[in-house]
Amino acid sequence: MNLQQEVEFLRVALNALRLNKMRSALTALGIIIGVASVIVMAAIGNGAQQQVQERIASLGARVVSVNPGSIRVGGRSTGGGGGAPFSEKDLRAIKEGIPEVASATGQLSGSVSVVFGAANWSTQVSGVHADYQDVKPWPLTAGRFFTADEVSQGAKVAVVGTTVVNEVFAGEEPVGQTVRINNIPFEVIGVLKSKGSTGMTDADDTVMVPLSTARSRLVGRRYSTVPDTVGSISLRISDGYELPRVMADISTLMRKQRRIKEGETDNFSVMNFAQFAEAQAETQKTIGYLLATTAAMSLVVGGIGIMNIMLVSVTERTREIGLRMAVGARPFDVLAQFLTEAIMLCIAGGLTGLALGTGITIAIAMVLKWTVAIGVGTVVMAIAVSAAVGIIFGFVPARRAARLNPIDALRYE
Amino acid sequence: MEGDAPLLISARDLTKSYVLGEQTVHALRGVSFDVKPGEFVAIMGPSGSGKSTLMNMIGALDQPTSGNMAINGHEISQMNSDELADLRNSTIGFVFQQFNLLRRTTALDNVKLPLLYSKRRPENLNKAAAEKLELVGLGSRMDHQPSQLSGGQQQRVAIARALVNSPHLILADEPTGALDTETSAEIMRLFKTLNAGGLSIVIVTHEPDVAAHAKRLIRVRDGRIVEDRPTADGEITHSMQPASGVNAA
Repeated sequence: MNLQQEVEFLRVALNALRLNKMRSALTALGIIIGVASVIVMAAIGNGAQQQVQERIASLGARVVSVNPGSIRVGGRSTGGGGGAPFSEKDLRAIKEGIPEVASATGQLSGSVSVVFGAANWSTQVSGVHADYQDVKPWPLTAGRFFTADEVSQGAKVAVVGTTVVNEVFAGEEPVGQTVRINNIPFEVIGVLKSKGSTGMTDADDTVMVPLSTARSRLVGRRYSTVPDTVGSISLRISDGYELPRVMADISTLMRKQRRIKEGETDNFSVMNFAQFAEAQAETQKTIGYLLATTAAMSLVVGGIGIMNIMLVSVTERTREIGLRMAVGARPFDVLAQFLTEAIMLCIAGGLTGLALGTGITIAIAMVLKWTVAIGVGTVVMAIAVSAAVGIIFGFVPARRAARLNPIDALRYE
Repeated sequence: MEGDAPLLISARDLTKSYVLGEQTVHALRGVSFDVKPGEFVAIMGPSGSGKSTLMNMIGALDQPTSGNMAINGHEISQMNSDELADLRNSTIGFVFQQFNLLRRTTALDNVKLPLLYSKRRPENLNKAAAEKLELVGLGSRMDHQPSQLSGGQQQRVAIARALVNSPHLILADEPTGALDTETSAEIMRLFKTLNAGGLSIVIVTHEPDVAAHAKRLIRVRDGRIVEDRPTADGEITHSMQPASGVNAA
């Protein structure tokens, strides 16, 4: 085999395919669908993987959130008031009763207005414990976070997100300023690093204050039925423990705290967002696997189509094969010629499938709002897979051609 | 004198038998002959005489059941399929009754075909192929496809293809079988010219007119050589074939 010969084979192969355009296109259809499925599958799978990693990174893989109210779907909706809010007592019980909990914080949220000079900005306030930074670390770009002492004293200090900084301070250095939150003066002691907007919600449009202060002065009235309310609870579980078991322990403890009788459903939920994200990614992966099956079947069917048409082609060109052998083609040369043709047909189908798959992937990304990702690896794989189909299914017809007896082939009518 | 020149073809006691159902068909029953370089041989015989089988062996396309067949000194029964392919490529130029040109392929590309499989390929394939097309008088039709050429022109392309790799032997199987009388004569004149240039030619035919152009006639019947003698150009028709003498007269 040499370059000149290979170029000639490519030309012959292209010619043969061009002479039977319709036949070639129909034959390649299986490969086109197969490769398109491979592309879509890989794009969805990669997207799911990417998304889950991003979410786990942002939510914390080992953070468990405990919320009042049931999250059951179907049946009655318990709403926000379905279960009584948690209190400092519950938080202490978890800290003391569950040794795997490394740190814990309550979180009491509500809407407030922030006023500074002439600026007035409506935003979300979160009252948290000082341990919040241990549970869900959020770096600061200026100043500091509040201390446990400030939380227990109910200090009127605030840490602000960048959106609030931009809307309220208009270029002035926020740390050290006094703002009025719901008309109560707070000292700004820190600025949170921007997380960037994640979809619809703006994580940076927030103010954090000590939980005790939020409870007594800003959003406590909504929870007046329970003294010392903490809203929801976030926990970080120490490394090395199995999350599902620890979460079950927390559930048991909370049922006891809330005096839920045997057989009654929980009026609270214990969730790990990373698992949540994984579950969603799992759905995407399952769809990806279904597509992978379709792709594999389609490639096999397509490959059989290729084999069929190549057998027809070998039969049609028996005399040509006989002639080539008479003028000096070795069996390997004939094999190579027909393999080249099968591979070219498959790669042409593969490239078409690549274009189709990319189109479908873009459509999925736009319509279903899934995260998708087509990598260079996927493209290379698609082409490699089509070439492989060509080799595998082209081999039998090519070998048949190579094994023809030149005398019989020359006389074939 | 015979011992000096290496033999182009050396056939010794060739036999070939096929098993067809329960019958064994003996296509060749002990054939021996030599062809020296520069000879122009016509092999004649009725269908079923074994001449096609003999031709396939000369073309290194078939193996004898017993006996020895050496082409240009190479014993074909001791060669594998790759070596046989190389032998065909480098030593023999085939010309067929039905021309066997690749359709929708230009004359030039058809002539180039054997070079693609050659081990001693010239640097410029197009130039080598064009030279042979000019030699057969088709220098102006190199870009034509077989469908755009007459039968005689197609056979000239086939001859150019047979010549392109500078073979030792042209092996032609009924080369004028598909051509009219006038065109046949043209093709035979071309063969004679080539032979005059020193090229060995073996033609298998059942037409005495065609065989008459050769210098030596081998007649095969029932798997045996029944006659092997030199011809005087053009006289064979009268001396050998009384039955067809009418046509010649």
